[in-house]
Amino acid sequence: MSASVESPQASPGSSAARRWLSVAGAAALWWVLYSLNRPFWDWLLFEVLGLDPASRLGESVHFFFYDVTKITLLLTGIIFVVTVLRSFMSVERTRALLGGRREGVGNAAAAGLGVVTPFCSCSAVPAFIGFVAAGVPLGVTMSFLIASPMVNEVAIVMLYGLFGWQVTALYIATGLMIATVAGWTIGRMGLERWVEPFVFETKLRGKVVDPSVGLTWDDRLAMGREEVATILAKIWPYLLVGIGVGAVIHGWVPETWFAEHAVGPAGVPIAVGIGVPLYSNAAGVMPLVEALHDKGMPMGTVLAFMMSVVALSLPETILLRRVLQPKLIATFVAVVATGIVATGYLFNAVL
Amino acid sequence: MNIKILGTGCSKCEQLEVAARAAVADAGVEAEFDKITDPAEIAAWGVMATPALVIDDEVATSGRVPSEGDIRQLLADR
Repeated sequence: MSASVESPQASPGSSAARRWLSVAGAAALWWVLYSLNRPFWDWLLFEVLGLDPASRLGESVHFFFYDVTKITLLLTGIIFVVTVLRSFMSVERTRALLGGRREGVGNAAAAGLGVVTPFCSCSAVPAFIGFVAAGVPLGVTMSFLIASPMVNEVAIVMLYGLFGWQVTALYIATGLMIATVAGWTIGRMGLERWVEPFVFETKLRGKVVDPSVGLTWDDRLAMGREEVATILAKIWPYLLVGIGVGAVIHGWVPETWFAEHAVGPAGVPIAVGIGVPLYSNAAGVMPLVEALHDKGMPMGTVLAFMMSVVALSLPETILLRRVLQPKLIATFVAVVATGIVATGYLFNAVL
Repeated sequence: MNIKILGTGCSKCEQLEVAARAAVADAGVEAEFDKITDPAEIAAWGVMATPALVIDDEVATSGRVPSEGDIRQLLADR
C-alpha cells in the first residue's frame, strides 16, 4: 500500500482525462454490481442451489450473502467519496475556524465540523491538547470529540443501507444535537480544573502544517482508495460476525419476539447500558440492530443502542485519561449517555 | 540530519517510518531517527493528526503517510 504510483508528468491534459475516465468507469462498475446484487443471489441460492426462499435456512443464507455484498459495496463507494471530499478539510483548519467562537454557537460549529473533518480517534489526545492549548474552550472541544465518532461515514452508510434515508437523517440530526448539548453542558459545568494541568501549559511550537493544502487530484483519489482498503481491512471481521448473527436472528427468532417480551420503558437505558462498554463499530453492530428492529424492538431503543456503541468506546476513554482526570471522564460518559437515553425515549414516543 | 516520526503507535506510523527510512537510504544521506509516541510531546509540535514527519526540527507532513517519492522531495528541498 505504501508503494506509491508515480503520476505521469509528461502530458497533464491526457492524464487528467484518463484519471476522470477511470473514476467514471469505477462508478459505472459499482452501479452495475449494486443493481445485480439481489438478482444474482436470488438466482444462485434459490435457482441453482435450490434453497427454499420461504425456509429459515434459505432466508438466513440469502440475508447473509445479500447483506454482505450490499454493505461492502456501499462502504466502498461512500468511504471513497467521503475521503476525497474530506481531503479538503483538516483538523488544523477546524481549529482555526473554532478559534474565536463563543460557547453555544461554538458547540454547534464544533459538532458540525466533527462530522466533516477527517479525524481518527487515535489522534484524540494530541488534538485535544492542540485545541485547548490554542484557546478553544473545553466544552467546544468536547462537542468536536463527541460528534466525530458518533456521526461517522460508516454509521451513515450502514443506516442508509439498512433503514433508508429518513432514519439516517434523523440519526445525523440527533447525533449533532447530542454533541452540541453535551459539549455545552460540560462547558457550563466549568470542569477545566479536572483537565490535567500540563495541557494548559503546553506551548505550541513548530509551524502548523495543514495536510489539506497542496494536494493534487491524484493524491486525493489515492487517499480515497487507501482509506477504503484500510477501513475494509479493519472492519471485515466485525461485518461478517455482525451480519452472521443478524442472519440467525432473522431466520430463527419469531417476528414479534421483542414486542411480546417488551421490557417497557426500561428498554432504552438497558440498551445504552449494554452499548457503552461494548466495543464494536458501526459495521459490526448495525446488522444486529437491523435484525433486532425486524423482530419488534422499537426504533428509539435500537438507535440509542447503536449510538452508545459507536460514540463511547473504552479504548478512546483510556486514551483520554492521559489528559482528563477520571472525574471528568466519568462526567463526559454520563452526560453523553444521558443524552442518548433521552433521544431514545423521544424516538420511541414520536416514531 | 534528524528525522522524527510522531505517532501514537498506529499502523500508519509504522508505514511512515518504513517510507522515511527507504527515502533516506535512497537519497544517500545520513540521518538519525527518533520516534515520538508521547501525545503531549506530539501536541507540542503543533501536530493534531498523526502520523507526522519532522525533518531537522521542522514539521514536514502531518495526518497522512506521504509516499517515498514525496519524502525524497522533502529531503531534497532542504
